[in-house]
Amino acid sequence: MLKVATAPHMFSPIDTQRLMLDVVIALIPAAIVAVSFFGLNALIVILTSVAACVMWEYLFVRYLLKQKSTINNYSAIITGMLLAFNLPATMPIWMVFVGAFMAIVVAKMAFGGLGKNIFNPALVGRVFLFISFPVQMTMWMKPNWHDFFNADVQTAATTLGILKHLDTSSSATSLTHEVEAIHDIPNYLQMFIGYTGGSLGEVSALALLLGGAYLLYRRVITWHIPFYYLATMFILTSIMWLFTDNVRYEPLTHLLSGGLMLGAIFMATDYTTSPMSIKGKIIFAIGCGLLTFIIRFYSAYPEGVSFAILIMNAFVPLIDKFFYPRVYGTGRK
Amino acid sequence: MTKTFSIGGIHPNKHKITSQSPIVDAGLPEYVYIPLKQHTGAPAKILVNKGDKVKVGTLLADADGIVSSDIHSSVSGEIVKIDDVQDAFGYDEKMIVIKVEGDEFEPSINQNPDIIKDIPFSSEEIIQKIREAGIVGMGGAGFPTPVKTSIPEGKKVDCLIVNGIECEPWLTADDRLMIEHAEEIVIGAKILNKVFGIQNAIIAIDENKSEAIEIVQNITRRYVGVNVRVCKTKYPQGGEKQLVSAITGREVPSGKLPIDAGYIVQNVGTVFAVYEAVMKNKPLFERIVTVSGDECAEPKNFRVRVGTPASYLIEKCGGVPDETAEIIFGGPMMGQTIININAPVTKLTSGILLLSEKETHRPDMMDCIRCGKCVDACPMGLRPFLIGICLRNNMIDELKNIHVMNCIECGCCAYICPAHIPLLDFCKLSKIEIRKKQKGK
Repeated sequence: MLKVATAPHMFSPIDTQRLMLDVVIALIPAAIVAVSFFGLNALIVILTSVAACVMWEYLFVRYLLKQKSTINNYSAIITGMLLAFNLPATMPIWMVFVGAFMAIVVAKMAFGGLGKNIFNPALVGRVFLFISFPVQMTMWMKPNWHDFFNADVQTAATTLGILKHLDTSSSATSLTHEVEAIHDIPNYLQMFIGYTGGSLGEVSALALLLGGAYLLYRRVITWHIPFYYLATMFILTSIMWLFTDNVRYEPLTHLLSGGLMLGAIFMATDYTTSPMSIKGKIIFAIGCGLLTFIIRFYSAYPEGVSFAILIMNAFVPLIDKFFYPRVYGTGRK
Repeated sequence: MTKTFSIGGIHPNKHKITSQSPIVDAGLPEYVYIPLKQHTGAPAKILVNKGDKVKVGTLLADADGIVSSDIHSSVSGEIVKIDDVQDAFGYDEKMIVIKVEGDEFEPSINQNPDIIKDIPFSSEEIIQKIREAGIVGMGGAGFPTPVKTSIPEGKKVDCLIVNGIECEPWLTADDRLMIEHAEEIVIGAKILNKVFGIQNAIIAIDENKSEAIEIVQNITRRYVGVNVRVCKTKYPQGGEKQLVSAITGREVPSGKLPIDAGYIVQNVGTVFAVYEAVMKNKPLFERIVTVSGDECAEPKNFRVRVGTPASYLIEKCGGVPDETAEIIFGGPMMGQTIININAPVTKLTSGILLLSEKETHRPDMMDCIRCGKCVDACPMGLRPFLIGICLRNNMIDELKNIHVMNCIECGCCAYICPAHIPLLDFCKLSKIEIRKKQKGK
């Protein structure tokens, strides 16, 4: 049987499902690091989060919208992994379910599903949990990679938490206190590998960079958003560091700690909630960097990546309206 | 470092399986069907009658107006019918049907294969010969070449670009032509140089055609004013505007032609036809056609007389297997599926492809995930996703503002879209809607 079809008659083998699968693959190194450093708890949180996200999407689409299930595009799995990566290992299971509900049902499906949501679903889930359960959301487990079954759980402060503490306590408390706090800051190697306290997926810059390299190699993302986001942060902290000589601004520490790598590589590059054009992506990434800087240094929170990306998400329609590629044959000789 | 155009582009699989197959003569079918319209513009006016005996090269129909073209007989024999015949796409078109008898050429045609290098003609004489030979742009557009080579008052050609890119997958007709007739093409470029009064022609070849590059380069060493420029492979580099950018780094202004930027782009097939017309008095009645595709048993490059039925060529390549899903005239990116396999090859048919379901499968359309791949891929700097949205919401004025009329219909957006949204169809429909609205006013 011969077909009649319009051009083109060949198509790229990369479809939505394959793109999403590539993101899942890129997230696996960070998941492995999380499980090795934080043990069984981490594995449970990741699996629960993924299962909960897939479940909510399936239930919503099948029983509320009464449509064909959309879970086979794998995007719920990504949201689940990213949400888990933004949670501490000690997070109670039921809270994970609540977070997944906010991410999938409220932030994604209520807007029309994949491709239509304005805000990054995983970040909405995280911020909701962060505001609702501040205690559980800031209980950071000390990494211990000899203790898979979490027999001896100890808490630790995050690097950014320590820096924030320095900020608020510097005028009031004694100098010795400050020296002790600085002593608690992990060294660069620890931060790079991820042997520090923090959310599951954010600790290891190494694993995240590996995933990012895979995404670049597979051309799932372009380099613009991660590069400009990290560069903005690096330049701003460098300027402050050079002028104030305050350890709080140390640029490398800021690049390697908190959710910056995770945010820059995996969250800010989310297709749906980032601008379409390269120009737009650069503006978006610089905006994220600027807001992260402001929140980290001038707000009550030690960390600002999630808020920064969510705020910039809201600007995406505007950015898309004003920044788009130059049409061939216009504007330039 | 080889260069390419800077905006957009894609890298589909090349599938150039016939690049090592020499051009073979397709031979003569029993009947040929010669359409009166093988060019942009009005169909040619018939000069012959049923029952007339014709020779190879006999003028059958005369150009009707400036943007039209002469049509010549491609065989010798008797005209048995002048009537509407179904063309490749199912439309009735007026064709001259000739029953082939022998292979007798018009005496004016020089059949000696020796290469003639001296150009004793004036600019006007050359254009006249090109017009009388019925040459049109053989890259697929079919714009009459004499019109393109007559430079309007006040415009100046800086450089002739001979287009040897052939960026469509599967097709190798231009590649083989360059390998086997390099010297003729170079002389053809010299002829056009003489018309334009310049000493500057560039033959652009994709870097994946290493054999053609070497051969043409060796020959251009002996000719002043013709040079080879190797371009980095990227689709759609064969598009005029993309090629001008790849070669010069400059852009053709929006809505204008390459001549407005000082460039004339001619396909290698056209340039070869110019050589034959001017030096050998040979009208355009045959061309190179690649018959290929993953379903084609014996892919080949043919020298084919215009009017030869596609089925005749396909039969010579092993016929149509049952699994064939699409038969395409042209390349897989911009070509059209045909519904009538007995339809004739025209001056514009660069290839006939037999493709399988696996190769041509277009999966169901999904929701746009805003990945921006169409924006990155568009070589004209358009936003295909937005064109789709505007069209579906009937925002015709907005469509015009986002420059959909600049679309060159290369298909990059539809190729790359991971959600399989038929973006190219949306672009084509948008143009139709805009034209409709303009007419209505």
